[in-house]
Amino acid sequence: MFLKLHQKLEKKSFGLLLGIIGVVSVGGLVEIAPLFYIDSTIEQVEGMRPYTPLELAGRNIYVREGCYTCHSQMIRPLRDEVERYGHYSLAAESMYDKPFQWGSKRTGPDLARVGGKYSDEWHKLHLEDPRAVVPESIMPPYKFLSERKLDYKSMSAHLNANRKLGVPYTEEMVELAVSDLKTQLDEYADDYDGFLARYPKAVVREFDGNSNKISEMDALIAYLQILGTLVDFDTYEAQKDENLR
Amino acid sequence: MSDKNPYIDELSGTETTGHEWDGIEELNTPMPRWWLWVFYTSIVVALLYAIAMPSIPLLNSHFKGVLGHSDRAAVNQEMEEMQARRAVFATKLLDTDLETIQADPELFRFAMAAGKSAFGDNCATCHGSGAQGFKGYPNLNDDIWLWGGSFEDILHTLKVGIRATHEDTRIGLMQAYGRDGLLTADQISDLAHYVQNLSGNGIDAEAALRAAPLFQETCSTCHGTTGMGDRAQGAPNLTDAEWLYGGSYADITQTLYGGRQGVMPNWNERLPSETISALAVYVHSLGGGEDTPPINTENLP
Repeated sequence: MFLKLHQKLEKKSFGLLLGIIGVVSVGGLVEIAPLFYIDSTIEQVEGMRPYTPLELAGRNIYVREGCYTCHSQMIRPLRDEVERYGHYSLAAESMYDKPFQWGSKRTGPDLARVGGKYSDEWHKLHLEDPRAVVPESIMPPYKFLSERKLDYKSMSAHLNANRKLGVPYTEEMVELAVSDLKTQLDEYADDYDGFLARYPKAVVREFDGNSNKISEMDALIAYLQILGTLVDFDTYEAQKDENLR
Repeated sequence: MSDKNPYIDELSGTETTGHEWDGIEELNTPMPRWWLWVFYTSIVVALLYAIAMPSIPLLNSHFKGVLGHSDRAAVNQEMEEMQARRAVFATKLLDTDLETIQADPELFRFAMAAGKSAFGDNCATCHGSGAQGFKGYPNLNDDIWLWGGSFEDILHTLKVGIRATHEDTRIGLMQAYGRDGLLTADQISDLAHYVQNLSGNGIDAEAALRAAPLFQETCSTCHGTTGMGDRAQGAPNLTDAEWLYGGSYADITQTLYGGRQGVMPNWNERLPSETISALAVYVHSLGGGEDTPPINTENLP
């Protein structure tokens, strides 16, 4: 009887179209609609904040260079991954990522918690010439990042775009984007305290070791060094019912 | 499919779709039965799976599934079990000294195995998979140590890091004498010759002689009057043939001009204490581990 119905449906193009619309809308309703009203998808955590302008600029470079094609940012809840990379990734950790960089392929290691694991100098050396420090690496060199000046004039617009997508940047943050970007590279900057108040736990230093120039390397290293370090896991109760998936 | 279909192909005996083009007819060969059953079974299994496991999003949360499975709960439990199994040895690695660990062969084996795997994961990226080091990242196989090579020293370095974010981190300052304008280019050139001369590689003895007072004035605070270095400040011995940043004239000039501020992260936040102890045992065993100096009781109050 199924087959009879199916045969009839398949032979009538309009009927088939209606059938397809029916199936797709049920799928959409069940899969997509709940994302707009279920609050429990994203865990309640302490410590998450939007990216600083410099980190956001670095993230843009990460996306531009397609780092996600070889590096994931998603520690799955599996013992081997938790042992190697640290606590499994939380939804909250990528809630300010537009779009998220979870990735789906691991030619290189996962980068979800790479922040603070290596020194800035190592990152610079490794990005310029991966095989100088990891002889067996097949990662391409990104030497030009140290040479290219970072285009940061449009940072306010970038922050604003993220703000429109729901990232809680304040008016002040958008306005001060360019000066905040410079402050993060200079711990003696005038607005150092104001910057840290806006972006708690931000790391302020000369990331690429060259204070004469704000390079794309500065931005990318600043971004890498913050990855996975924001959530305060001392206050996060992993075993709590609402945090289990 | 059905007997009512009037179009049956004479040669194959299979029914046709009824379509015909210039005498060519389209056979309507039915799916093999086994295929059909696999198809239907997979639909049923999918339904059962959706009932048993977490699946459909509902009003406030998702449907948790009849079995109540949770990936996160499972991995949390697995980690706990693993930790409990390791704890037998792991607790013995805390607050102890190397002799105690070495005295228990089983514990020592555990520490070495744990240390080796943690090293490959966390340390090899900078120090090399064979701990041979790279330019700027010390070789851990030799007996030359910037901050000390006893088990306790290595343990402390691992915990607090070097120029890292830990409040008690190890800090030594090799300034950028050229870039920050503390010395002139000539002075740096002379000093480089002097430093080369210390390890017997000098070419320009005259320049080295000129820099002797300057070395005493500028460098000896950390590197010592004879250039033997000072572990309390992480200042390397300049008289040996080992060079962290290279021992050529060009390398030394660069070091003097731009300074060196190598960083090792503090691992106390990322790795559990017992893993750090295991790492210290492993690194100590690589070839250059030193004995713990006896505590001088005479000077204690």
